[in-house]
Amino acid sequence: MSDQEILLTIKGLRIEGRADEEWLEIVKGVDLTLHKGEVLGLIGESGAGKSTIGLAAMGFARDGCRISGGEILFDGINLRTSSEAERRALRGKRIAYVAQSAAASFNPAHKLIDQYCEGPVEHGVMGRSEAERDATELYAKMQLPEPETIGFRYPHQVSGGQLQRAMTAMAMACRPDLIIFDEPTTALDVTTQIEVLSAIRDIVEQFNTAAIYITHDLAVVAQMADKIKVLLRGEEVEEADTRTMLANPSKDYTKSLWAVRSYARAEQPPVDSDVTPVVSVRGVTAGYGTVDVLKNINFDIHAKRTVAVVGESGSGKSTAARVITGLLPPHTGEILFNGTALPPDYRKRSREQLRQAQMIYQSADTALNPKLRLRELIGRPAQMYLGLNGKALETRTKDLLSLIELEPDDYIDRLPSELSGGQKQRIGIARALAAEPQFIICDEVTSALDQLVAEGILKLLDKLQSEFNLAYMFITHDLATVKAIADEVVVMKEGIVVEQGPKAQMFQPPHDPYTELLLSSVAEMDPDWLTNLLEERAGLTAS
Amino acid sequence: MSHIWMMIAQRLALGLVTLLVVSLIIFLGTELLPGDFAQEILGQAATPETVAALREQLGLNDPMHIRYVGWLTDVLRGDLGESLANGQSVADLIGRRLGNTLSLALYAAAIAVPLSLSLGILAALFRNSFFDRVANASALTSISFPEFFVAYILIFWLAGAGGPFPSMANFRGDPSLGDFLYRTFLPALTLTLVVTAHMMRMTRAAIINLLASPYIEMARLKGMKPMRVIIRHALPNALAPIINVVALNLAYLITGVVVVEVVFVYPGLGQLMVDSVSARDMPVVQGISLVFAAAFVLLNLTADVLATLSNPRLIHRR
Amino acid sequence: MGFIIGLVWFVVVIAIAMAAGLLFRFLMVQICPKGIAKEMRTAPMTASFGMLMILIYIIVAVFAPLIAPFSETEIVGREYDAWNNVNLLGTDNLGRDMLSRLIYAARNTVGIAFIITALAFFLGSILGLLAAIVGGWVDQALSRTVDVLMAIPSLIFAMLLLTIFGTSVVSMIIVIALIDSTRVFRLARSVAMNIVVMDYVEAAKLRGEGLWRLITREILPNAMAPLVAEFGLRFCFVFLMISALSFLGLGMQPPTADWGSMVKDNATLITFGDITPLLPAGAIALLTVSVNFVVDWQLHRASGLKEQ
Repeated sequence: MSDQEILLTIKGLRIEGRADEEWLEIVKGVDLTLHKGEVLGLIGESGAGKSTIGLAAMGFARDGCRISGGEILFDGINLRTSSEAERRALRGKRIAYVAQSAAASFNPAHKLIDQYCEGPVEHGVMGRSEAERDATELYAKMQLPEPETIGFRYPHQVSGGQLQRAMTAMAMACRPDLIIFDEPTTALDVTTQIEVLSAIRDIVEQFNTAAIYITHDLAVVAQMADKIKVLLRGEEVEEADTRTMLANPSKDYTKSLWAVRSYARAEQPPVDSDVTPVVSVRGVTAGYGTVDVLKNINFDIHAKRTVAVVGESGSGKSTAARVITGLLPPHTGEILFNGTALPPDYRKRSREQLRQAQMIYQSADTALNPKLRLRELIGRPAQMYLGLNGKALETRTKDLLSLIELEPDDYIDRLPSELSGGQKQRIGIARALAAEPQFIICDEVTSALDQLVAEGILKLLDKLQSEFNLAYMFITHDLATVKAIADEVVVMKEGIVVEQGPKAQMFQPPHDPYTELLLSSVAEMDPDWLTNLLEERAGLTAS
Repeated sequence: MSHIWMMIAQRLALGLVTLLVVSLIIFLGTELLPGDFAQEILGQAATPETVAALREQLGLNDPMHIRYVGWLTDVLRGDLGESLANGQSVADLIGRRLGNTLSLALYAAAIAVPLSLSLGILAALFRNSFFDRVANASALTSISFPEFFVAYILIFWLAGAGGPFPSMANFRGDPSLGDFLYRTFLPALTLTLVVTAHMMRMTRAAIINLLASPYIEMARLKGMKPMRVIIRHALPNALAPIINVVALNLAYLITGVVVVEVVFVYPGLGQLMVDSVSARDMPVVQGISLVFAAAFVLLNLTADVLATLSNPRLIHRR
Repeated sequence: MGFIIGLVWFVVVIAIAMAAGLLFRFLMVQICPKGIAKEMRTAPMTASFGMLMILIYIIVAVFAPLIAPFSETEIVGREYDAWNNVNLLGTDNLGRDMLSRLIYAARNTVGIAFIITALAFFLGSILGLLAAIVGGWVDQALSRTVDVLMAIPSLIFAMLLLTIFGTSVVSMIIVIALIDSTRVFRLARSVAMNIVVMDYVEAAKLRGEGLWRLITREILPNAMAPLVAEFGLRFCFVFLMISALSFLGLGMQPPTADWGSMVKDNATLITFGDITPLLPAGAIALLTVSVNFVVDWQLHRASGLKEQ
């Protein structure tokens, strides 16, 4: 194996993106060297330019972007000076791409096998029947079920995790020298993520394919990459081999990324058993039509306490929130608020009852009316519920802005589009606070945010809780968030609570088997974690 | 596959119900007509006795729903009543002209559909190029023109003083196919110009809407040629909107002929409709409206079914 | 040879139109306050030209009696007079001044089209928003009714209704407004449907906001852009429809000057190689083209960078 042979060299790469009528630089002079068979991890937060660099390695720029400077040499071919036809001949054949969302990146109109064969046949690598045989073989290698027939299905007939593996197989079809993996597991549940990660790692090793693995998840890249490059706003922060990088990062920014994982809120004393909980979910069964999405759910939320409801997609955790808010009246069961039953339908609830329970949404982009200024967005609940007007309302609105750590005079007349993602989420918090509620539902409030920003939000929520004696219901799929903020945990799977209790107890064995699976599937920063876990699980099934 | 047949049966039933309600609306037209229907037939000179007798004979004294059922049964038997203007059978009047209108619409469609689809695909392929801009601007322009403007420009240009084509498309008897195509060339060209632009723009938009999809980017990253990306990856997913817009324009062709027929004095249904509206000849207007509405519903139904069949998610379920 | 001369004329006209559009855009950028000026700068040549034309039409329509050399109905000469010094564009089939009637028709045709569009919008968008927000049986009832009404081709439906109610301006206004409101309903409903599912509307509902505030503060501001564009498109449809009806003799009734009927009345001249009857038709076409250009620009802007 010729380890020293250089496959890809990028020098001083500059890429510009168009915003309105101007060109802004989004990648500012990045260098990169990749040897044959080597896996490079590109990590960074959103806006770091990692996907853009990944695509540039194929000589490709998205619509609205252009490569404006630098050199891209792939195996001696200059991708900047070569013709579009030459670059096209490389794409799919010698450099392949695996996209973030396989469900969106497979063409819904064609069978998987047709899309697999398209590359090899069109590039003249092999004939159709040969490609089909090859596909079956690769599907089997990617541990897809029924490899002989799965290719004859349409994308919508195959699950997300399987699609992602089918896409990796498709990328392998021409046995490329280099594959760009662009966040291939980000859209997947943790338990599915493991299967995809291990399949990708095996096949890349087996064919000695070089890869650029793009992700924002440090723990994931630790499992996959030989070396890691950290990016920030289009510039390189540092690069080192994986173990060195994890053990002792040299730059402050990298250290801060590493440190996020360590945030945890102070341990709270246990609640007295005779205190009435703020919210009590009693025997709730609910669903759409005749299908029950929730089956006999029970849990309590106390003042100054955070209950984290954890589960993968389809577990029913968001449906639980809809039942509590009254958007979805349950088939059976009831919601108690300070001991009294709430009307099941929100339209039947009094204004006072509505005021007491507020909600913060996952995506602030859709949760804030884009046409209203912050003054009205935040002020409206205070005006409505507390009857504030004129001067008093303005003072209150400014106080709320100060509470969420935004400069009141500067921000009060802005539109949501003039805010960053983290700031928008803070406005969502301020709007909930404006009603002066006792209880707030936080629906995946940090999952759309970068780690550092998310941490800021968690800290703010924590501070506000102790200041206003709030009860939180925290819906999330992310166990790291649970560790950081929860007092109590409710684990859900397919509409059933599989386990619930104080946080300390949840993270200690013995567990319910599903909780065990969930906990063990959360990637850790240890580069050997995946290997060890797979060995462990293999051992378990063998014995 | 059974669910597909179910779905098609459902759509068919829905179409039938729509047609039934439409027939009710058209029937109610006579009810709303000011004045007495019997009086209208007999004219001002009739004595009250003869009017009363005719009312009895026509069943105008029966309750409305009974008359509607009676009227509908007659319609289903092919009896659309008699023209107030000349006492001829409405079914005969329509029958004589329906063929002319349909063949003119078919003539225009045969040119317009392939032309607009290919132009739309080309415009999407060369988007933002000079060709695209010119195609787009001319399409917008021709959408904005009233049919009679287009028609008269063509007459002025191609039929006036020594032009190669006739400005009137009226003929007696059965012309040969070649003669028919020659004589109706200008009306067909007018209709083509009017609908091509719309179909072309919608085809282009339907394809371009998809170009930002991740699967299109994937196809490009697999090294596929631009033409292949459009034809093989974008087009199959754009079929539903394209089918719908084609159906819409075909329906428009059938009804939009009204103005064109008048300009070119073409003996079709539209011409008859205009004359009957001016004369307030209700039975004829009713009959033609029913025929046009039926054609319209039928076309939309076909488009609906075809669009459903073009969606693999509906055809191949999990 | 005639073809080449035609082509040269065509190129000259296009060039003048482009220059006029550019000049207009330049002037607007200079005159307008900063916010509007910035938007104007993004207008393509076609849209600038369109805006200029719309402005001219409005001026002509408003000041028609001041601009027109003769009155609308006065008979001033022989029938079908050729272009001359007194009657610049000649006379029509009854000997009325062509130019004056062209100018008055701007007022009649554009005014009525505008009234109809506004009526259709008022009716269609209120019902459409209501259907989307209230949902349930209200939505079902309204949507099914509209489905059935839309199953009858609009021109045919209009002719059917005009037979019933008689051909007069008032009945034409009501009939076309009614037919067009079904199209507006469809659009308003689908636009509002996309907004109703947004979290911020859910948040407002959970807050306990009433229907009026939901419509005016949460939904309408976000639905404005597509609705305004639709207004332009609808105006074109309405305008073309009343012109077509007038052309067929079923719309505006004489002696009111109207572009559609003016084409019809003077059509015989075309076969003799006189372009005068094409002028009113061209006036219709020019206005709809202009509106379409502006709408196209606005739609393109609203859809963002989708088409890059």
